[in-house]
Amino acid sequence: MATTLTSPTPAPGAAGEGPAARAPRRRTGSAGGRLLTILTWLLALVFFAPVLWMVTTSFKQENAAASTPPTFVFEPTLQQYADVLAQNAGPYFANSLIATGVSTLLVIALAVPAAYALSIRPVQKTSDVLFFFISTKMLPVVAVIMPIYVISGRLHVLDNVWTLVVLYTSMNLPIAVWMMRSFFQEVPSEVLEAAQMDGAGLMKTLRSVLIPMVAPGIAATALICVIFSWNEFFFALNLTAAKAATVPVFLMGTMTSEGLFLAKLSAASVLASLPVVLAGWAAQKQLVRGLSMGAVK
Amino acid sequence: MSTETAVRRGEGAGPASPEARRAARREGWSRRLPLLPALIFTIIVTQIPFAMTIWYSLRSWNLLRPDGETFVWFQNFVDIFADSTFRGAAVNSILITLGCVFASLILGTLFAILLDREFLGRGIVRTLLITPFLIMPAATSMLWSVSMLNPSFGLLNWVIGLVGIGPIDFTSQLPLFSVIMALVWQWTPFMMLLILAGLQAQPKDVLEAASLDGAGWGKTFLFVTLPQLRRYIELAVLLGAIYVVNTFDQIYLMTAGGPGTASANLPFYIYQRAFLGFDVGQAAAMGVVTVIATIIIATFALRLIFRSFDVKD
Repeated sequence: MATTLTSPTPAPGAAGEGPAARAPRRRTGSAGGRLLTILTWLLALVFFAPVLWMVTTSFKQENAAASTPPTFVFEPTLQQYADVLAQNAGPYFANSLIATGVSTLLVIALAVPAAYALSIRPVQKTSDVLFFFISTKMLPVVAVIMPIYVISGRLHVLDNVWTLVVLYTSMNLPIAVWMMRSFFQEVPSEVLEAAQMDGAGLMKTLRSVLIPMVAPGIAATALICVIFSWNEFFFALNLTAAKAATVPVFLMGTMTSEGLFLAKLSAASVLASLPVVLAGWAAQKQLVRGLSMGAVK
Repeated sequence: MSTETAVRRGEGAGPASPEARRAARREGWSRRLPLLPALIFTIIVTQIPFAMTIWYSLRSWNLLRPDGETFVWFQNFVDIFADSTFRGAAVNSILITLGCVFASLILGTLFAILLDREFLGRGIVRTLLITPFLIMPAATSMLWSVSMLNPSFGLLNWVIGLVGIGPIDFTSQLPLFSVIMALVWQWTPFMMLLILAGLQAQPKDVLEAASLDGAGWGKTFLFVTLPQLRRYIELAVLLGAIYVVNTFDQIYLMTAGGPGTASANLPFYIYQRAFLGFDVGQAAAMGVVTVIATIIIATFALRLIFRSFDVKD
């Protein structure tokens, strides 16, 4: 523990944390520290192994993919990816893109003003409203699927991607309101008072002062919405058929109709997951912030 | 400007003159207006279907029976409480939720502690650890049920074979365990990120003071870090439970609730009754019971968290 107090200089491997890099707290350079680092790496690799295995399998031929014992050395092929793409995957990806993209935009458009009303100039009964929003998340989706199915049928919007847009918006809105509220609460009140002194109205204050300040929070919220919408399966399974089916439905189709074509299935899974995985990797810090809801304020 | 501030200060105290009252009303609406679109949207999209579910739950309505719908009051509720499969599904829901939340919280906390120090490749390790949360659950289900757990060529069976165990046909012999394993793998990163945020929000001077006082790592963690993590842990448990209790993908795609109904949870069983059994009334009644149970449990949990909210605000 003694080293902690004397060394404010970061360890040589401290990269990757950007401006928020902190001074090392624990025995970093010591033998114990090195051992801990090795242990961390090992655990991470074990935890990541299923993903690695999926990606590896997707580059195998089918007979190598389903061999006993597992094949570790093989000649990689792109055959499976070509097969998956040849299966007319395009419309599924387009539907997912619309459902995810539009619903995320809608969520942000609705959540930002709502969060403003719940934090900067709070309405009465703020905590009741917040509780109402989160309580809709406790409504199991299966409990409302029959009425939604019936209503969609009557409105002739079954197998329609815009139905998914509406449902995904309502699915993510409560969490988004909560997240955005906590980000708004981090804005110092002096900044808002200054804007008001300058005579800025609501829209002006939002546009030129608040939104730029909470932009990272908006990005974090949007990322969470994208993850949950892109991966959503239950509504898509029950409310879409040929026209509006999304990527998870496509994946399930590959799984059930083809039997066990493991390598092809892996390739389809990699393709289906890739957009969200890449987005999440690129915006990790926003993800950390988003999930911690602005430090649980 | 000055009148506006005055009105805002005087709010709740009952403004005196009519002009002041009008101004207060206008002020009230200008506060409420930004909230309304989100609130109205949420009410329409979530409450109308739920009200209809309650209505359906009071009716006998099976799409397979020709005699149509009749109003039966609470008969559906009486029936589902006599239904042992429903009880089994409820128990499975509880087991899956508790098992997954508890295990992923422990594992996530461990990973968060390991990540909360500077070391070579920390960014890469964090990237590796968050990936399961980003992978599509439908793909996760496939990955676990086939690639990892298949008795003849699954990777996990090969690994346990190295130490002389198995092969185990996980998804049919240990269906619940298999589902929980896949869910823990998916939700551990979520817990890890929340706990990590909590660890990094700790004031450093407190930790230094603790180490100056000669507290070892264990003591510091137990008496300084853990109490400060409380809200993060509460939030992780609440949000994790809300999502995990609704688990459908893994059960549908890994075990289909089987063998028999051994691994069916409430969402999956309700889905079965509604879309495979076409028993709308029964399914609706189960939905209503699930909602009531969830809200009772969650209100209890949420009020706890709100208490810590209010102290801070």
